Amino acid sequence: MDWFIIIASMVKMLAVIAIVMGLATLLTWVERKQSAVMQDRLGANRADIFGLRIIGLFQPFADAIKMITKEDFVPPFANRFLHTLAPILAFAPVLFVFTVIPLGPPLEIAGRTVTGQIANINIGLLFIFAFGGLAVFGSVLAGWGSNNKYALIAGIRASSQMISYEVCLGLSLVGAIMIYGTLDMTEMVIGQSGHWFGWLPRWGLFMQPLAALLFLPAAIAENKRIPFDLPECESEILGYFVEYSGLRAGMFMFAEFVEIIFVAALFTVVFLGGWLVPWLAWDGFHFPWGGMWYLPIWIVKMLEFAAMFIKIAFMIYFMILIRWTLPRFRYDQLMRLGWKYLLPLAMLNLVVTGVVLVLLR
Amino acid sequence: MSNYIPVLLFLVAVLGLTGLMMAMVIFLGPKRSNPDKELPFETGSAPSPGDARERYPVHFYLVAILFIVFDIEIAFMYPWAVKFRQLGLFGLVEMLVFAAILMFGWFYIIKRGALKWK
Repeated sequence: MDWFIIIASMVKMLAVIAIVMGLATLLTWVERKQSAVMQDRLGANRADIFGLRIIGLFQPFADAIKMITKEDFVPPFANRFLHTLAPILAFAPVLFVFTVIPLGPPLEIAGRTVTGQIANINIGLLFIFAFGGLAVFGSVLAGWGSNNKYALIAGIRASSQMISYEVCLGLSLVGAIMIYGTLDMTEMVIGQSGHWFGWLPRWGLFMQPLAALLFLPAAIAENKRIPFDLPECESEILGYFVEYSGLRAGMFMFAEFVEIIFVAALFTVVFLGGWLVPWLAWDGFHFPWGGMWYLPIWIVKMLEFAAMFIKIAFMIYFMILIRWTLPRFRYDQLMRLGWKYLLPLAMLNLVVTGVVLVLLR
Repeated sequence: MSNYIPVLLFLVAVLGLTGLMMAMVIFLGPKRSNPDKELPFETGSAPSPGDARERYPVHFYLVAILFIVFDIEIAFMYPWAVKFRQLGLFGLVEMLVFAAILMFGWFYIIKRGALKWK
């Protein structure tokens, strides 16, 4: 029993829960505000504390209080146990997979190396797919447990979509694993350090451009967001959480926002070099034109944390932009895209990566 | 194995958090019921008779079967991809044969129209 590891991981757990939940809460406001900007509206700006508004930044708190104090309603025709279990199964896995996502560079504390991920296990990506896949049960059980015709069909639609795109999601990352030769997320980021030609960072995006292009739509589909939001589409065809209200429905919504952060973090780690800053080494910037800018180690670490969060924030913003830009796919288009285009392209990416790696040996 | 203790701790924390949210829902919200509220919601019109858990299109079942086939294949590929650099050309050819058989199956199901939605 190594108490140092356990205490360090407890601290990281608290940090991850605080960061992820806080960011997800903030995202509910960011998404509304971004949609308002793109639709030439003002957006949520009324919530205030003692007349203090700060462009509606208190809206998430108002929403949270509203959802908690709403009526707790379980339809009498529904299966009470499954109806209660479904939001838990939708929410818990997407938060649990943050176990292996490093949110920062490894730090040296008291002569020991503390990695940025909660648990230092070498099966990182496999763990993510194992537990991320459990989220399917959330939508299926929501439909089945509600015992509502629309909800049941939507739940089956959701599961069908999620398992279809899980195949592309898994296959698109195999090429990246071949290059890094590891499933450990921290080692993946370290494997992306260095530069080509002295200036182009060796990020996964430049080594596996096709994989990045396939991973992002598959991940958005897995998250059931527009343009792949057929299972939900709150406004038009009914989603699988029709029979949910209050915080029970809020947990599905919250799970979506946590998963946005998770997808952004995973994309950052695998394709955008994690916390790596171009040209930044442990002792400062080494510019390609020959200049040097020495920095103390703690500033370098701070910069790396900042880089990680800027990259995650950029990916989140990108996904929100997509949500408010594109129209929804039809169901047959969705299935065709997943099975007939993304899957063979992911396979092609894998074969090309393999051939290139063997030739370069 | 001690690396897996934090995983268990985080699992407990996550389940505790979701349990807390559920408990807040159950204990803080008011409960006011009326017969209209207890009907299944079907876009505002009167609910259609019968239990919801009826038969549904067989296409979804096909998708589930295809998912199992392809996902197990990907589960095979993960350890292979991790050790790819050590395996070299041998590993590549082995996986190409495996992938070729699989993609032949993929071609077959596409041609048979398993993914055609009516």
